[in-house]
Parts: sequence; structure tokens; C-alpha cells
Amino acid sequence: MSRVELAEVVYAFGHGADAVRAVDGVDLVVPEGSFTAVLGPSGCGKTTLLRLVAGFLAPQAGTIRFDDAVVAGPGRVVPPQQRRVGYVPQEGALFPHLDVAANIGFGLPKQQRASAAGRDRVAEMLDLVELPREYAARSPHELSGGQQQRVALARALAPEPSVVLLDEPFSSLDASLRTTTGRAVAHALQATGTTAVMVTHDQDEALSLADQVAVMRLGHVIQTDAPRDLYRAPVDPEVGAFVGGATVVEARVEGDRATFAFGSAPLAAPAPDGEARVLLRPEQILVHRSEVGARVEQVHFYGHDAAVRLRLLPDGPALVARVPGLDAPEPGSEVGIGVTGPVVAYPTTSPTGVR
Amino acid sequence: MPLGFVATYTVAIGPAEAWELVVRPRVGELLWNTVRLTVGVMTLTTLLGVGLAFVVERTDVPFKPLWHGLLVAPLAVPAFVNSYAWVSLDRSVTGYAGALLVVSLSYYPLVYLPVVASLRGLDPALEESAWSLGHSRWRSFGSVVLPQLRPALLGGVLLVGLHLLAEFGALQLLRFPTFTTAIYDLYGSTFNGAAANMIAGVLVLLCLLLLLAELRLRGHRRFARVGQGAARQAVPVHLARSRTPVLLGLALLVGAGVGVPIYALVHWLWVGSSTEFPVGELLAATGSTVGLAAFGAVVTTLCALPVAWLAVRHRGRLTTLIERSTYLATALPGIVVALAFVTVSLRVVPAVYQTSLLLVAAYAVLFLPRALVSVRAGLEQAPVVLDDVARSLGSGPLEVARRVTLPVIAPSIGAGAALVFLAIATELTATLMLSPIGTDTLATSFWSASSDLRYGAAAPYALLLVLISVPATVLLMRQETLER
Repeated sequence: MSRVELAEVVYAFGHGADAVRAVDGVDLVVPEGSFTAVLGPSGCGKTTLLRLVAGFLAPQAGTIRFDDAVVAGPGRVVPPQQRRVGYVPQEGALFPHLDVAANIGFGLPKQQRASAAGRDRVAEMLDLVELPREYAARSPHELSGGQQQRVALARALAPEPSVVLLDEPFSSLDASLRTTTGRAVAHALQATGTTAVMVTHDQDEALSLADQVAVMRLGHVIQTDAPRDLYRAPVDPEVGAFVGGATVVEARVEGDRATFAFGSAPLAAPAPDGEARVLLRPEQILVHRSEVGARVEQVHFYGHDAAVRLRLLPDGPALVARVPGLDAPEPGSEVGIGVTGPVVAYPTTSPTGVR
Repeated sequence: MPLGFVATYTVAIGPAEAWELVVRPRVGELLWNTVRLTVGVMTLTTLLGVGLAFVVERTDVPFKPLWHGLLVAPLAVPAFVNSYAWVSLDRSVTGYAGALLVVSLSYYPLVYLPVVASLRGLDPALEESAWSLGHSRWRSFGSVVLPQLRPALLGGVLLVGLHLLAEFGALQLLRFPTFTTAIYDLYGSTFNGAAANMIAGVLVLLCLLLLLAELRLRGHRRFARVGQGAARQAVPVHLARSRTPVLLGLALLVGAGVGVPIYALVHWLWVGSSTEFPVGELLAATGSTVGLAAFGAVVTTLCALPVAWLAVRHRGRLTTLIERSTYLATALPGIVVALAFVTVSLRVVPAVYQTSLLLVAAYAVLFLPRALVSVRAGLEQAPVVLDDVARSLGSGPLEVARRVTLPVIAPSIGAGAALVFLAIATELTATLMLSPIGTDTLATSFWSASSDLRYGAAAPYALLLVLISVPATVLLMRQETLER
């Protein structure tokens, strides 16, 4: 298992004036044994980043290191077959002409493939990804999408790679399968202590599976943090809105509190006094029936909870609150609102510097 | 190479002499014959192909799978065997009318098959949308369905035209002289290629003209279905009172296209006075046919692999040019390729003249496009991501090809090789001109017997030729239907 480090990595498609910098000076450290998610909207360069680490593309500038070894840098590019990366693409891409056992054993050394040791390794990998051992003799087309993804992970893990790279591994699965397969994959990676990088556009997936999330936008990594820290203190309101539901309201910071139209709240992190915008998560906005302060415009009912869209009376900004499903107010009714917990403030007079 | 040969020859001979050779009353007559036959057959096969495809695919005619099989069956009978059947039963089937009838009966499946496949793949929702927007059922067909069929139809008709321009055996038997038969006669009688080569030049021009016309007509519009999900089955048109006439028409056509050759073969095998079963010769001819076809198929497919790989995985101007130039060979009649190989080998490497090696090389040029289409389709369906995964698992490029790419596309390679095998087995023109002395194939043995009017003696060879073509037809049928 290796630590992966990217420094000032640049990759552009096209030449000259038409060149598009898909990866534009990215710095990223994936600690040994970490499961890092690279999160971003489509077109942000995250898949290109993954292909650079795998070695399918060579960066035009910058270096990529596995531990202390430079695998891509000025004058040196190690081809993918010598990097010992395990690559898990979308939809698994199992070899259709080989059965499950041959797929998993594909990357093992030749003398091991046909031996008892090879068969043991295949069985061990099937156990690891929680598939029955009888599946070894099946063809890829006899497996469901989730099972194919598990086999693809087993195939990547079998040769004990330095790092496993997952490219939107669950995006083609339906919602329920996505969760169970995701958990199984995270569990297998953790059990083997494998360093892994997963690229995804799904914030729930990134936050729930990874222990470190790097948010990418327009070829740059904007913020790298543990999921909890990323959600609590996003580096700017856009990142905040990308990793979860968010309402941004005008506020005034004085000391360690921010005051806004419908209340005030303590600051999560120090901010200079003056005009600011604060980011409120839906679960931070409380809805109660005792006072009147906002009108309910829409209610989206999900069962376990409901998203309530509110308009501050008389013509204030719109807010979104999350309440337990059965407690949701009726659309058109008038309710009171409050705010709980610390909030993050972004001064409007002096921008954060990142944007 | 053959194209360059025709061009250089024209230049070398000098414009004055070339002009003299081309502008002759005989050439004018040949041109008129060739053009009117080509136009006639292309029109007739279009009508037959589209009409039959509509009946089988979009009406409630009974026994659809049976009719489909029977309508494709003429593909298994080489055109020259079909003409032999007609001519041997009725000597009056000659000239323009005879040629038009017999050749159209042999070639209409080339239009029918792609049109059926295209109709089957067409989303009926398109037609239904036009229908719901106020168009009548017939108008919907004309305004929405026919334009969608255009690529398939044009492709099929182009194939008919090219086949026809290259057709030699059938037209020779039907005694309808065209450029191709004239080239052969000139070559055979004088052994000096001057006149033959010049006419070959005109023939190649005609072929290129057809190819360009098809490209031009096809245009750049998008015809693919937009959106996801599987298309439903179309609701069939109820035939009602026209059911009996439609069935009768189908029966008549199948009778003429399949019944006549079968009847003729059986007739000559059982009743023919010249029927003989020279088992030794039959076996020898079968042996050399299979040998040549197998060797040719392997060589051709091996040539197709790198071309297809470059065209699919390393698309660029040069690779596209290389790929397109091999398709140009589809437009080259076998006789032109053969002529080029004869002349060039005699001048440059006389040692290989009349060897199997030269013959196989000519086959490779002629049939490379068939192998290429199959191999290319297979490669296009083999996802590049499989290569990426294999590389990440430690395999170098050669190992990836050996362990992943080749096994994945093996079925396509096999299909391509099979198609080439069967094309070679039933090839007549180039084989006649290039085969080593003393080597008889089924096609050449059949040819020498039938052109001497020994119909009975030709029958066993014809039967073997048909039997050898059946698997190819089934394969082609499956491929066409699966591809769309």
C-alpha cells in the first residue's frame, strides 16, 4: 500500500489556443490506507485526474509520486502496467470471455494463476467482497450489476496493488444496490488497508464512504478535508451547496455571533466583524408552530423526512428546512422559524481569497 | 495496386491510342448494355427488396419466418449457377429481358436483407407520432419510414450495382455482353491486354461513379434513433382481402428464385444425359476449393486485423484513408483485379504467375472489405476500458492483445473469415484467370462443363457450390439482423 501524492499536476486536452486545461495545477495527498473521494460535477476534470494517476495519460507538468517513487514527472512516465494500480471503471468492465475466477486471477503472476495458490487467492477475494465462492465458475453476464462491481474490485485487489482507483463505480447501479455495494466495497478496502481513490459526482456517496474528500471544480482541487469537516466548514458557499442542501442568507458578524433577519447563531469559525453571508444547512433551520415568521410554499415529502420550502414574511428570502416527515406543515400555512447550532460566515467585503 | 495499374496503363499507352481504343462502336454498344442492365436491375431489386421487406416485416402475412428464410435463400445460389439453371431449362432466356430477370432474382436479397433489418430496428413510435399528428398510415410510411430506410436501401442498391458491374459468369451464360464479359473475351482471344485494359478502365470509372453517387445521396444527416430504451414491435398492417394475391406473389417469386435452380439441379442430376459422377475429379475440385478458400480466408483476415485496429483505435486522417482505400476494392470487379495481377506479375515477378500465391493475393485484395467489416464491427464493440483494466493489472500492450482484445473479438474474426472463405469458394472470374494450370476448383470445373453446354456434367459441381454457400447465407442473415 502506498501514499499517493500529486504536486502541481497539469493536463490539457488540445493544443495552443484551443487547449482545455482539464486538470489545472492539482495538489493532492492521499495518505497510505486512506479512502479518498474526488468529488465534483461532470466536466470538472476528476476522471482525467484518475487516469493520470493510473498512467493512461501522462501529465504535461507536475509530478505524481507513489510513496517516494516518481511515477510521472519531468522526463519520467511509468507505464500503467508497471504502476501496480487496481482500476475499477464504471460498470466493472469484466472481461466477457473469462469466468469470474479468471477475471479475478487476471493480474496474478502467470505461474500462480493455474496453481492452488491462485485458486485460494480467488476464493479469498470472493470472501472479501462478500460473494459466494460458487460464483467463481460463473460468466460475467450471469451476474447483476452490483455483483459485477464486486468482482471488478476483487480483480483489482487480487494482485495487492499500491493503490485502487475507482471511477464512478456505482453510478450505473440503482439506488438500493448502490448503497449496499458501496458499503461492501468500502469494507473490503478497509479490511485490506488499501489506499483508494474514488471519483464521483454523488456527494452522499463521497461523504458516506470516504475518509477524505477532495472537491474539484474547473480543474482545481478547492478543498480537501474529512467528510465531517467539509460539511461543517466548506471553504466557500458554492462548495457548501455542492456537498449538501444549503441556504445562504445576508448577515452581520459581531464578535463570535452572526445576526440575520430571523435570528442569530454562534460562529463555527472566527470571522471578521462586518457584512457577511452565512450558510445554513436545512437541518439547522427549525420550524415551530408557536410564532409566525414565514409562509410554507412547498413541501417535498420523502417519508423519513421532508424538505420544507419557506418564504420569510412579508417578502424575505426563501429558505429550505428539513423536518421529520410526519411533522411537515401544510403548504400555505404560516409557521415560526429559528436556527440551531454554529454557522459558517463568509465576509462579503473581503472575499475568502479562494474564489 | 489494381487501381494504379489501370491508371498507369492509360497514361503509358498515350491519350491518342487510349481514345481510339475506347471510342469504338463496340464499346458504345457495351456501354449501352452495361448501363441499361445496371439501371434496370437496380430499379427492379429496389422495388422487390423494399416491397418484400414491407410485406414480411410490417403486415400480418402468415408464416413470416418461413418467407424470410426463402426470400434470403437466393443468396446461397451463386448468380452463375442461377443463370445456368434458367438457360439449361429454357434456351430462350437470354438477352436483355433474360438477364434482367435472372440477375434481379439473384440479387434482390442484397437489398431486401438490409431493409428488413432496418425496418426491424426502426422505432414504431416514430411512425405513430406522424400518425397521431394527422398523417395517414401510408403517408406516415412515406414521410417518416422511407427516409429512415434510405441508408440501408442505398447501401443495398450500391452493392447490387457493384456486383452487377463485376458479374461475369451469369451474363456470359445468358449471352448478354457487358464490359466484364468483353474484357474476358478480349483477354482470352488475344492474350494481349491493351484493349481489355482500356475497357477495364472504363469499368472502374463506372464503379467509382456509383460509389460517389451513393456517398453523395447518403449525405450527412443523422438517422439513428434518438433516445434510450428498446423499441417496441410495430403493429402489423392487416392484409385483409389482399392476403391471397400477396401470398401468390410471394410463392411465385420464391418459385422463380429458389424453385427453378433447385428443379434444374435435380433435373440434370437425375435425367441429364451427360450427367456423370467423376468422384475423383469432384473430390479433387472440392479439395482445391476448400484449400484455396481456407488459405485465402486466413491471409485476408490477417490483413484485415491491423487495418481495422488502426481504424478503430487510432483514428486519424491517414488511418481513415487506409481503411477507405480498402473499401475502394469493393468497387473493383474481380476481372480488373485479376487483369492487374496478371499483367503486373508477368512484368515484375514472372515466377509467381499462375501460382496459388498470386491467386490468394488477388483474393485478399478482392475480399478484404468483407473481412474488414466484420472485424471492425467486433473491435468497435470491444470496449477500450477492457484494455485499460488489463494494463492496470500489469499486462503490456502485446499481452493485452493476446489475453483480452483478440479473445473478445474472436467471434467477429471467425465470422469475417467464414464470409471470405465462402466468397472465395464461389469466386469464378479471378480464379479462371489466375489459377495455376491443372488446378480446378468447383467453380472453374462447373464453368468449363456448363459453357460447353454439358449441363448434366455441371450439375454435381453446382450442387456442391450451393451447399458450400448455405452456411455463409445463414451467417450473413444473422449478422445483418444483429447489427442494426
